[in-house]
Amino acid sequence: MSVTHDTRIQIRSPASAAQRQAARSWPDLNNPAAWIVAIILLIMPLIANGFFLIEIFATTLMLGTIALSLMFLAGYGGMVSLMQLTIAGFAAYMVAVFGTSDNANISLGWPWWLAVPMALTLATIFGTLGGALAVRTEGIYTIMITLAIGAAFYYFTNQNWAIFNGHTGINNVATPHFWGVNWRADIPFYYVVLAVAALCYFAVDYISRAPFGLALQGVRDNPRRMAALGFNVNAHRVAAYAVASFIAGLAGVLQVWNYRQISPGSVSVGACIDILIIAIVGGITRPIGPYIGALVFVLLRTFALDFLVKIGLDGNRFRLLIGLGFLAIVFWSSDGVIGLWQRWRRSHRPQSDRPGGGRGHG
Amino acid sequence: MDSVAQRLSAVGAGAALELRGVTRLFGALAALTDVTITVRPGERRAVLGSNGAGKTTLFNCITGDFPPTSGTIRFFGEDVTHFPPYERIRRGLRRTYQISALFPGLTVQDNVYLACRGVSRGRFSFLRPGQNDALMHAADNLVQAVHLSAVRDQRVAELAHGQQRQLEIALALAGAPRFVLFDEPAAGLSPTERAELVEILTSLPAHIGYIIIEHDMDVALRVVESVTMMHNGRIFKEGVPEEIQSDPEVQELYLGGGHE
Repeated sequence: MSVTHDTRIQIRSPASAAQRQAARSWPDLNNPAAWIVAIILLIMPLIANGFFLIEIFATTLMLGTIALSLMFLAGYGGMVSLMQLTIAGFAAYMVAVFGTSDNANISLGWPWWLAVPMALTLATIFGTLGGALAVRTEGIYTIMITLAIGAAFYYFTNQNWAIFNGHTGINNVATPHFWGVNWRADIPFYYVVLAVAALCYFAVDYISRAPFGLALQGVRDNPRRMAALGFNVNAHRVAAYAVASFIAGLAGVLQVWNYRQISPGSVSVGACIDILIIAIVGGITRPIGPYIGALVFVLLRTFALDFLVKIGLDGNRFRLLIGLGFLAIVFWSSDGVIGLWQRWRRSHRPQSDRPGGGRGHG
Repeated sequence: MDSVAQRLSAVGAGAALELRGVTRLFGALAALTDVTITVRPGERRAVLGSNGAGKTTLFNCITGDFPPTSGTIRFFGEDVTHFPPYERIRRGLRRTYQISALFPGLTVQDNVYLACRGVSRGRFSFLRPGQNDALMHAADNLVQAVHLSAVRDQRVAELAHGQQRQLEIALALAGAPRFVLFDEPAAGLSPTERAELVEILTSLPAHIGYIIIEHDMDVALRVVESVTMMHNGRIFKEGVPEEIQSDPEVQELYLGGGHE
């Protein structure tokens, strides 16, 4: 397009475009804190015992990955979906149904390398169909439809005995053993979870700067304008649900391997809302947020009980602490813990370092 | 029957934009009544009229933001009446909005890049643009063309009003536009910015036609060769700028500011 050419205002040379592009591709590479976190996560089995490794860190990474799928939809696409845990639970059920378990009348006994792709495919289809319903609405109605899907699935699993085995669920689900390794043993399982979480994290981070992810953010900011630029907005939204469903499905597979069982309790409406809380508390503006939120959630869930008992309160009140934390976060920092962190860092940095060259505190 | 269809499409083939009997109702209110307009390729036309005359509704019908209640719309001979907006855009139609419709959370560069990507392949691509991405360079050029290079990497939310209006125009010029609808592009601009706008509009390649809604006669009549006057959702008068300016009825209704 040659419209007009005015070189007066041009300060940077156009050749810098490619450099800018490369520089912002992987901002984490220049961040020493990210390297430290990565190294700690990699050597974690040397530091932490089995309890911390699985109950705290692997659980954080699994819940964080489900919340990441919500962050992808809500943070980039502006779609708040309450069915992400349901999709993970569906994938978990499918692993149990197609794989091996104690419920021989239900489980088909496929090997894990067949059952898992099948479960992921079905979970992606399930989530995409749910998304196709939800994208016809916006805002609160999207939340209602996805919540309804979550609630319906919970009650369905409770009442269906032929596939989901009712309220008892499916027990003793087989976990993979190959190359002489029991992949459900604490240390191998931790690394499997870490690898999947890292894969999902970097995939979301990468996609956010690819045309699909940029377009999704455009849909979030102004769907009508996106249509006026040639984008099929609903198709983009449905595709985002497909991506998010696949991510949630991966986490669901890990969850069923972790607990070796799946029952309606794992896909309850309360658990669906926990994912929303995790994502909001951590912050939905960046992919790291859900993992921070999940760590806070898991730490509170695990230790708040002892803490509350120690100060003479009912241990089951740990949700009260989470609720209060949630209130505080949405009240003081709409972008969660990462928002607090970013603001703290900005206020402790020299003026010239700020993005935008110190143009105020915006 | 085929020959009739062929002849009908041949009638529209010469026009860039052809509206026939377009009516748009909002409930009982007729925002547009039986509007028939033909615009040649490369023609530049102003649509004038007081508030509520139906000018923006006309644009919304042409782009498909709101489909017309009845009537047909042809774009370069093709019946696009029932096409969704994005299909019309991919055929070379573009528009700007009266109130800037941008992506405040993204940078200027990303806004323009999205506009370039929207009218080309790979909208769903999961691969980041590489170092020599053609669309990234196209976006760079477009940012430069609307004088926004200095703020290329700033988020749109941080831009001044005038810069947002310029970006609004850049988004409408991405790809290979054949016909552009400008909805009050000068709204809220300073005299200097208006001069720049006139420069941008007059230096558009000759094959790109446009319709401009503009209240500022200094801008509107300098950048068009024909004028359509609208009143209460109907076409009221068509002609060259000089005719319209000197028409007593028009002066009473619009230019003189004679509101009821």
